[in-house]
Amino acid sequence: MSLYNFKKIAVVPTAKDFIDIILSKTQRKTPTVVHKHYKITRIRAFYIRKVKFTQQNFHDRLSRIIQEFPKLDDVHPFYADLMNVLYDKDHYKLGLGQLNTARHLIDNVAKDYVRLLKYGDSLYRCKQLKRAALGRMATIMKRQAANLTYLEQVRQHLARLPSIDPYTRTIIICGFPNVGKSSFINKITRADVEVQPYAFTTKSLYVGHTDYKYLRWQVIDTPGILDHPLEERNVIEMQAVTALAHLRAAVLYFIDPSEQCGHSIEEQISLFESIKPLFSNKPLIVVLNKIDVVKPEDLPAPKKQLIEQLEQACAQGNLVNADSNSELRTVPVMRMSTITEEGVQEVKIEACERLLGHRVTEKMRSKKVDGILNRLHVAVPAPRDGKERPPVIPPAALAKQQQRAAREARKRKLEREIELEQGDDYVLDLQKNYSEIPEEERHDPIPEFWEGHNIADYIDPEIFDKLAELEKEEELRIAGGMYAVPKIELDETMREIKDLARQIRNKKAILKDESRLTKQSTKPIMPRTSRARGRERSTTRLRDEMEKLGVDMSDTKQAHFTRTRSRSRSLSAPAAKRARADTSRSVSRPPRDTQGVKDVAMQKKAKNLAHVAIAKKTKKMGLKGEADRFIGTKKPKHLFAGKRGIGKTDRR
Amino acid sequence: MRIETCYFCSSRIYPGHGIQFVRNDCKIFRFCRSKCHAAFKKKKNPRKTKWTKAYRKTAGKELAIDPSFEFEKRRHIPVKYSRELWEKTIEAMKKVEEIRQRRANNYIMQRLRKGREVEWQRDVREVQRDISLIRSPAAGLKQRQAEEETEMEVEPETIEVIDAKGCKQVIEAPVMVPATGEMIEDGGDIEL
Repeated sequence: MSLYNFKKIAVVPTAKDFIDIILSKTQRKTPTVVHKHYKITRIRAFYIRKVKFTQQNFHDRLSRIIQEFPKLDDVHPFYADLMNVLYDKDHYKLGLGQLNTARHLIDNVAKDYVRLLKYGDSLYRCKQLKRAALGRMATIMKRQAANLTYLEQVRQHLARLPSIDPYTRTIIICGFPNVGKSSFINKITRADVEVQPYAFTTKSLYVGHTDYKYLRWQVIDTPGILDHPLEERNVIEMQAVTALAHLRAAVLYFIDPSEQCGHSIEEQISLFESIKPLFSNKPLIVVLNKIDVVKPEDLPAPKKQLIEQLEQACAQGNLVNADSNSELRTVPVMRMSTITEEGVQEVKIEACERLLGHRVTEKMRSKKVDGILNRLHVAVPAPRDGKERPPVIPPAALAKQQQRAAREARKRKLEREIELEQGDDYVLDLQKNYSEIPEEERHDPIPEFWEGHNIADYIDPEIFDKLAELEKEEELRIAGGMYAVPKIELDETMREIKDLARQIRNKKAILKDESRLTKQSTKPIMPRTSRARGRERSTTRLRDEMEKLGVDMSDTKQAHFTRTRSRSRSLSAPAAKRARADTSRSVSRPPRDTQGVKDVAMQKKAKNLAHVAIAKKTKKMGLKGEADRFIGTKKPKHLFAGKRGIGKTDRR
Repeated sequence: MRIETCYFCSSRIYPGHGIQFVRNDCKIFRFCRSKCHAAFKKKKNPRKTKWTKAYRKTAGKELAIDPSFEFEKRRHIPVKYSRELWEKTIEAMKKVEEIRQRRANNYIMQRLRKGREVEWQRDVREVQRDISLIRSPAAGLKQRQAEEETEMEVEPETIEVIDAKGCKQVIEAPVMVPATGEMIEDGGDIEL
């Protein structure tokens, strides 16, 4: 963007680095293999190439340096002067000139040795010539060591210079050291200039940018200037002078009437007088800073007088040597304080305005402005005669207009108007507009619920007829005894039955519980803790139970409760003991299923028992039969091998 | 504002209570509490869930069809407010509610009365069948025998019987003892 950007200058290597870079490049970029049995032309070409390549690289590199550094004659005089102040013009020019001669020397060396190489008759000789050529080039470069370091320093310093555009709208702040120049630039721009309470805090130019009227304004903070002849000024002061001399900008001259800066008002005014030539034909503003410390009016009389004199001089004297009709002839004296920010914006605006006006008048003077003015034309017709010609409104339109106005006047009050009238008491009331409802009912709170019912669900004009019908029906029902509760009286027998039924149910429940208890376990379990079970079937129990059931058991003391005789008339009693089955015949070894079994009946029973037991077992364990000892795969492969995906370990 | 009914249990949902579900066909399901919402999410049928009003009505536990139910309805016909109509309507509501309540209560009471009858029948059947559990048929047998003996000293009848061989024989006739534990025929006739 900026015209002068010195940040892009390539690095200048030191002499040693320079030589290393170039020679290593030669080594890398040219062929390296050559043999003495090659044709001599090929060998010569090989070495000539090396020499030429090295020379070309030196040449290019040096040319680039010479080109990239700004030429003092070409740059804006401001930069030329600044560089003169900072780097010494002679030294700078000399440095670049010497580099230029070095380049020529290198070119000549290369030319000579190439010529010699053409006559080289062996590989050895060619190689020696090449070595000599490169060595001489390196020596030439070595002599430039001091030059190169100087240029490198200049480059680094140039890169860090603020990018000041000498052609744009610029405001320059100047004055004695420590009068508040940097504080002011910090206030109006975003430049973060260091502010310290001692002289020469700012040692170089600083640039900030500010906006005014949608334009970009460049603000330059200069180091403080002391009041002595130009020749005695040091480098820091000279920078400020350079900026003042060469930039066409608005100049703010800062004066510290409180004398906190360490210089009296007289000194400050005399400096102003002495550097006045620098302000010629520039918009100038004298700024009295630090009015928070002391106001110019409160100063002691002699100092106050000085200030007044200065103000007078500014008001009338053509301080800046402006043309006779220029607005620059008067110089405003403004007051401000960077601490309280009082007057800061005013100073900025005044400076910008004056500069803008000055630039416009300058432009108006130049030839360019004619091109723009030619394009503009404002036509104002001249009146034909003195007759008035007011606009004509037809009577019909006029009547309509009046009608509309009347209607406007008659319009009812707007809600907004009511709101404005009542202010804070206003509550939006839309119910007053319910024109179809009688006035006194409009604001009724409408009931919504009654005992869990929506009243809205019952709202129906026909509901009353229906209700009347329903009530009639209800009356009929009541009259018909529909709701009369029949009396239920239990007679004596019924009550007895009820009682008996209850007893029976109780008994049943008890029996049920008992049987459940006995049935609970089907297995013959005999825990250690259990005691021997008493005999349940006994005559006493029989007697007890029967008595409970109401049977008279009084004369059964001697009773012999045996099985009742069967219906058969046979008197033969069954045998008290059954005969043993296996004793009848001597057998060496009975079959196993009859071993230890008393008789046939027993055997049958045992078989039955065994059968039941086996059936139970097979059923329970899913066996095929008594002898089924099959064990399926204990560790099925598909459940224990392979990667585990989303399935489970036991079933996948 | 309205008092809505729960989609599942048909109870009232007062403003600020319960939760709503709007299906993608815009049907709104309102639930009075998380219990009903959860049941709905499990796709339970309110008509088959015992604790809902819908079940009680379908199963005939409560009065379901009656003209008194015709009064409370969403009518979707806007009626302009008039104080008189509203006042009268609230009075009417009270009457309707009274009648509806009475009918619903009567219905339930009638239903319960039927249960009483069934209970009696069950009692009678129980006693008829299982009286022996609390009172043996043999109870009081001996006294009765003794009484009978004292009443009439009956000469054992003898019967002359000609047996197969043609010999005459005299044997004692068997005494006919009346059945002691008469079965109870019906509820009203029991012997103690």
